Amino acid sequence: MSAYFAKKAAWAIATLIAASLFIFIALEIVPGDPAQVMLGVNATDEAVAALRQSLGLNKPVAERYLSWIGGMLQGDFGKSYTYSVPVSELVSARITISLPLALIALALSTLIALPVGLYAASRRGSIADTAIMALTQIGIAIPNFWFALLLVYVFSIWLRIFPAGGFPGWSDGFIPAFKALLLPAIALALPQAAILSRVTRSALLETMGEDYIRTARAKGLSKRATLWKHALRNALIPVLTILGLQFAYLLAGTIIIENVFYLPGLGRLVFKAISLRDLIVVESVVMMLVATIILINLIVDLAYLWVDPRLRNREG
Amino acid sequence: MHSFLSRALRNRSFFIGLIITLFIVFIAALSFLWTPYGIDDQQITTVGLQKPSLTYWLGTDNLGRDLFSRVMVGARNSIAVAVVAVAIGIGIGVPLGCWAAARRGFLDELLMRGNDVIFAFPALLSAVIITAIFGPGAINAIIAIGIFNIPVFARLSRGAALSLWTRDFIMAARAAGKSSARITIEHIIPNMANLLIVQATIAFALGIIQEAGLAYVGLGTQPPFPSWGRMLSEAQTMMALAPHLAIVPGLAIVITVLGLNLLGDGLRDVLDPRLSRKRD
Amino acid sequence: MFEIDKLSLSIGNVPILKQVSLSLQPGKILGIVGESGSGKSLTALSAMQLLPEGSTTSGSIKFNGQELLGAEEELMQDLRGDDMAMIFQEPMTALNPVHTIGDQISEGIILHEQIGRDEASQRTIELLHRVGLPPNQYPLSRYPHELSGGQRQRVMIAMACAQSPDLLIADEPTTALDVTLQAQILELLRSLVDEQGMGLILISHDLAVVAEMTDEIVVMRNGEVLDHGSTGAILRGLKHPYTRQLAKASSHIPTRTLPPVLTTNEKAKKATPLLQINNVSKDYPTARKSLFQPGTPFRAVDQVSFDLYPGQSLGLVGESGCGKSTLARMILALDRPSSGTISVNGVALTNANPKQLKKARRNMQVVFQDPFASFNPRHKVDRLIAEPLYLEGELSANEKSQRVINALDEVGMKPDALDKYPHEFSGGQRQRIAIARALITRPALIVADEPVSALDVSIRAQVLDLLCELREKLGLTYLFISHDLGVVRAICDEVFVMEKGKIVEHGTTEQIFDNPQSRAAKRLVDATPDLERAIANRLRSEKKNMGSNK
Repeated sequence: MSAYFAKKAAWAIATLIAASLFIFIALEIVPGDPAQVMLGVNATDEAVAALRQSLGLNKPVAERYLSWIGGMLQGDFGKSYTYSVPVSELVSARITISLPLALIALALSTLIALPVGLYAASRRGSIADTAIMALTQIGIAIPNFWFALLLVYVFSIWLRIFPAGGFPGWSDGFIPAFKALLLPAIALALPQAAILSRVTRSALLETMGEDYIRTARAKGLSKRATLWKHALRNALIPVLTILGLQFAYLLAGTIIIENVFYLPGLGRLVFKAISLRDLIVVESVVMMLVATIILINLIVDLAYLWVDPRLRNREG
Repeated sequence: MHSFLSRALRNRSFFIGLIITLFIVFIAALSFLWTPYGIDDQQITTVGLQKPSLTYWLGTDNLGRDLFSRVMVGARNSIAVAVVAVAIGIGIGVPLGCWAAARRGFLDELLMRGNDVIFAFPALLSAVIITAIFGPGAINAIIAIGIFNIPVFARLSRGAALSLWTRDFIMAARAAGKSSARITIEHIIPNMANLLIVQATIAFALGIIQEAGLAYVGLGTQPPFPSWGRMLSEAQTMMALAPHLAIVPGLAIVITVLGLNLLGDGLRDVLDPRLSRKRD
Repeated sequence: MFEIDKLSLSIGNVPILKQVSLSLQPGKILGIVGESGSGKSLTALSAMQLLPEGSTTSGSIKFNGQELLGAEEELMQDLRGDDMAMIFQEPMTALNPVHTIGDQISEGIILHEQIGRDEASQRTIELLHRVGLPPNQYPLSRYPHELSGGQRQRVMIAMACAQSPDLLIADEPTTALDVTLQAQILELLRSLVDEQGMGLILISHDLAVVAEMTDEIVVMRNGEVLDHGSTGAILRGLKHPYTRQLAKASSHIPTRTLPPVLTTNEKAKKATPLLQINNVSKDYPTARKSLFQPGTPFRAVDQVSFDLYPGQSLGLVGESGCGKSTLARMILALDRPSSGTISVNGVALTNANPKQLKKARRNMQVVFQDPFASFNPRHKVDRLIAEPLYLEGELSANEKSQRVINALDEVGMKPDALDKYPHEFSGGQRQRIAIARALITRPALIVADEPVSALDVSIRAQVLDLLCELREKLGLTYLFISHDLGVVRAICDEVFVMEKGKIVEHGTTEQIFDNPQSRAAKRLVDATPDLERAIANRLRSEKKNMGSNK
């Protein structure tokens, strides 16, 4: 068990290092002179030199990379050139919106998808199953930001029961903040739930065809009991895989959805930074999001361990 | 081949999916030759925001441009981006996956770990990085979605190839002295073609959604060239006034993606080797 | 106690079973014999009412006076696992991989007896003891993947016998197992029948197994019962032509006219060996013990040496995992030995240049076990058979097609097969095509890895005949790999017995069969079902019973 975990954790760290190198090279080496890029072509040579000095761009590449990584490990993300404040300040204010939004959406989509998939699988071929499958087929085809626009139109413009956008902040109490995140979370969650419930259903149906299901039935278990006791846990293996992949989509989706609802999250920050060419901010935000995705995948790997005993004592 | 077509057309998902896909492709192709109005023509007589009518089938936008013409050209744009992105994914991912499966060992491990790294970059994040360096443009979207597709196809083809390599007919080919490369071309790839076709359809559908998303946040196709995602972001500020501006391009996306997904599902049913083995 | 009367079954609109009737008394064993597609498994599933969806049945299945056809699902749930139980063929997939064996056995006990977990665990421990898995070695917390195939089948038996059912159905319970394990599992089943007085229906394709085990036999083909009666009477009389055909096929020995070439022959020794295997070993790396500690390598083949002379027919036998297939792969140059050398016609494969390697490959071809997996499903027969011609470089299309037609002719098939895909042929025909593919380079040596184990007995006999005929006609040398001594006896002059990667015994086929010396050889010979021996035993015991009844 510990061997499996140790290996997965080691790979996660290796992936993290590779990803950070990739980001560093893309944003600090490829552009040639980041200071020039950030200031634009009209900048004076003196200004560029000054910025280069303040960003430490004159130091050797390896040293810059190490100090970037080392700084991030200590919570120091560098200083934003355009905002003139530490990036960590910018990020920590905004991550309290983006991360809860992604997590609420993930929870919502799982809570909807698992029961729906289970229900459809247990009534395979029925009208309910056919209807659910048709609905999910459409659900998959709906882009989450368009669905968000429709939700805004129906609930904010037409029914006026939800705010059309903006965020009151967590300091004004949980309810208004949650309410501001609910529509965006639904917009993110439903298309994902459509995919997840299809995966759940087909994984369940696949396991229901396995030999050990017949064994369980031969023991005297009812069809329903077999589904719950024998099929569900086996079916969770592919479901977990999709769940891990979905988190990456959800996080990316969060960044897009924030635009629809004018939520001051990481997405708004990063787009602003792109238009202002603030590479330091872009670099930090992307690194944080990538690290989150890698962490979630590590958690999914651990969940496999719980579901599938075959992984537990296999070394390596 | 003949029996395949007749079997395929009896599959409802495949049939509906094929009709929708052909229709969208037709619309996109037609837009090269003909659109009701020029995409940038501002209809001065009607200035702005016409509701759908016989003259303007889907209405006009706030600048008085015909929406139907713009949706037609948008289809061309979406398809082009998605097709190229899928081609990148297949063109790089499949050889990598096959190579890893044929060589095994360290190289395989390295490649799969490389995949994990790319998996941590959703298309949006790649697009953010590329745009931050080079500025916005449609090419960014293609590259970002293409990069996203590489590990998808690499992983799929590696898995399929690994299981094929254990089969007796591959052993027989090896006993006939054929090299790994030749076996991969003659035996491995043809036997995973079904999987690849189905995955390509799904990746194509996903690519259209991703392209729209990137264009919506300004990382993809740039104005004035029409794209569905771009049209949605322009319509957003006028939601209360003219909801059809936001509904039409969205529906175009949904119908296209739905068609492709149905086609993919249908193909999977028709091509599934497990089902056809039962039929033998 | 259990009676099937005129059972008919169709799935979709395809009729599967036609008017099947049979009956079973408590304490008795009934064998259902038939080749694939005979409907024997579906007969069993009808009794359990676990048929696939879309099945329609007519007739009657009576169990302890109760009609099961069309019975309420709740009644069936009470009966299943309680009064009637079933054991399936494939022990690797019949257990749920994510639950412990303890949970899977006690689940049925809790369900049917409505007792607590602790009590059920106690019962489970007793059951595991009974089936030969003492819980101090095999605790309840084991998962199926931690057990071997034979052990899993014991778990299945424990599960099925937990409630001392009146009726136990075993559907090919040993087909996926080695002969030695088969003997152990059959022995366990027999002792449970005697102990609990249950009725056992044993479904098998193997007439010898059925002859050894059963009191009565039902012979099925194409969904119909062809022959039915007490085991002794059926097998002594062999009145029904199909039963006779089955019996003949299962102990079939092809006729040979040429004298065997033995390694000990003076004549053979003068010739240069076709194949020389010298101190060959193969190690496989195992998982690391930790990040810094590599695992101890697993030695699959351990210092094997032997020579193969032209014209020999040599058998390599052993239980699965003994290393025989690994050795075969190394001989075919599909895998490299960790140490030692393998030479074909005096050329060592390990350091042969590409040209020499091509020549060596041309001289040895292979026939695999599974006729379904050994062809690329997307190529037509002409391309499939021609594949090894790649070794001969550029050939004209004309010559190529002539060679293909000749090869096909050798195995008794017509040229109209060339334009078809492999799935259009039956298993036996496919195996003929596989042999044609092996013959096309006119090799001296054919390595055959279990070439008939996947075939039905009557087809098996035909393919064995073909192999013998080809050997005499073309002067082939055979290296025959099998776990089935019956097959080896039919076709090999000389046998090597392998155990744990080593060759432990070597002798003529007769020597090994009549007087096995090593433990491994003894086990294999004892466990191999032998129809004639079984019939003799059966008749003796029936006579004894009749005597004691008087």
